[in-house]
Amino acid sequence: MSLEILTFSFMHRALISGIAIAILCSVVGLFLVLRRYSLFGDAIAHSSFGGIALGLLAGVYPLWTAYGVSIASALIITKIKDRYNISGDASIAVLLSSGIAVGLVIIGLSGGFTIDIFSFLFGSILLVSVDDTILILALTGVILIVILILFRPILYSTFNEEQAKVSGVPVEKINYLIIFMAGITVVTSIQLVGVLLISALFVIPNVTAIMYGKGFKQTAIISMSFSIFSVVIGILISYIFDITPAGTIVLISIGLLAGTMGIKSSGLLSKN
Amino acid sequence: MLKAVEINNITVKYPDVKALDNVSFVVNKGDFLGIIGPNGAGKSTLFDCMLGLNTKYKGTIKFFDQNIKKSKNYLKKLGYVPQKPIFEKNFPVTVTDVVRMGLKKESDENKIDEILQQLWIHELRDRRIGELSGGQQQRVFIAKALVNNPKILILDEPVTGIDQQSIDLFYSILRELNSKQKITIIWSSHDLDAVNQLANHVACLNRTLFFHGESEKFFSDDKLVKQYSEASMQEHMHHH
Repeated sequence: MSLEILTFSFMHRALISGIAIAILCSVVGLFLVLRRYSLFGDAIAHSSFGGIALGLLAGVYPLWTAYGVSIASALIITKIKDRYNISGDASIAVLLSSGIAVGLVIIGLSGGFTIDIFSFLFGSILLVSVDDTILILALTGVILIVILILFRPILYSTFNEEQAKVSGVPVEKINYLIIFMAGITVVTSIQLVGVLLISALFVIPNVTAIMYGKGFKQTAIISMSFSIFSVVIGILISYIFDITPAGTIVLISIGLLAGTMGIKSSGLLSKN
Repeated sequence: MLKAVEINNITVKYPDVKALDNVSFVVNKGDFLGIIGPNGAGKSTLFDCMLGLNTKYKGTIKFFDQNIKKSKNYLKKLGYVPQKPIFEKNFPVTVTDVVRMGLKKESDENKIDEILQQLWIHELRDRRIGELSGGQQQRVFIAKALVNNPKILILDEPVTGIDQQSIDLFYSILRELNSKQKITIIWSSHDLDAVNQLANHVACLNRTLFFHGESEKFFSDDKLVKQYSEASMQEHMHHH
């Protein structure tokens, strides 16, 4: 197998979408990881499973219903968590299981549509259409612009909520905005790695980058680089060896994390 | 004298206890007020009310003659240094990143370097915040509070868990901010000696306001100091 694979248009679409999703997940994920919300992406992804099943049942394009259901349930669970003082990890567990439960019941009612569900569970980046690619690029662009504009209040409220409040940052609104953006990011990324492995893209490159970077922007850039590397190499390797891209991408990013830990414990990287 | 802060009949009730009972006092512009009182005296509750973090109080609080429940604009003129800033130890932000959070406008970027130099932490500017000692971190948080040119600086027991050398440096910085830059300072502390040396006004809080006035008056009156110490000790014992 040579560089020929780089000439296929489906590969162009896969790589372009993959790189956009890699950037998006690493940026949004960095804020989630630092807010101790690492598994929130996972919970949204599982709730999107319910949304996908709903779309397939209703005959609507499943990603649209997934966007609706995921974002709505993420915002609702956040509201409930604040109102009834439920801890973050418990609320994630509630969101995660209710999404799967809804999905399972709907699949049962409809008599099952296993083939479509399988691609949503594990991703299908090589099948991404031109329309999907445009949508992924547009959403990535919009979310990155919003983050750039609101960078300071988002970072400040992530760093210390109370101090951000005293400085006049509308902390609650920023929290909901992050949840909203996380919802969009997760559903957009389902096509790359599927529902089950989404939190890997959110968490692993960021955990790795935090070990290298000093400042925030440096850490974000390192995380994006690791993320893009994992996605691009993962897509190419998986095609060459005919294995699943999602698993390959995640394993490469785990490899980068393990390598970083090795470097760090050998003392080559200064301890933070 | 122009009023910077006016606290009027503030009462805060928790289910089983009154945290603050009818507390009133005025802070004039340029004052250096030390608020003293034992643990559980309501110092932090009072600060939360002043900072807009607690709005469930009776009475009124005015900053620059504006009721703070009506407008949050006063926060722009205020710098706040918390007791012990809580953040993830490996949070990837440098000293410069943290100070930048205090800025209101992008254009004031070179103010960061200026303030870091003033507080003797310029050489730390690219270090990650979690790597610094408690004293250094505290100075970074003062820099963050000062970078926006506040008119009032509020500090909540800011030297908890910090070594003596850093405390001395910290106090000399506060003195300079008040005397040279005319920043009004409201500072809560356990340390009566330090308050005696630095503050020109004292408020003794023990859920009610025990004394408020010039610090000279308070500290030159042995009876008053003794009475205060006993009262707060009793309250302390009672509390436990």
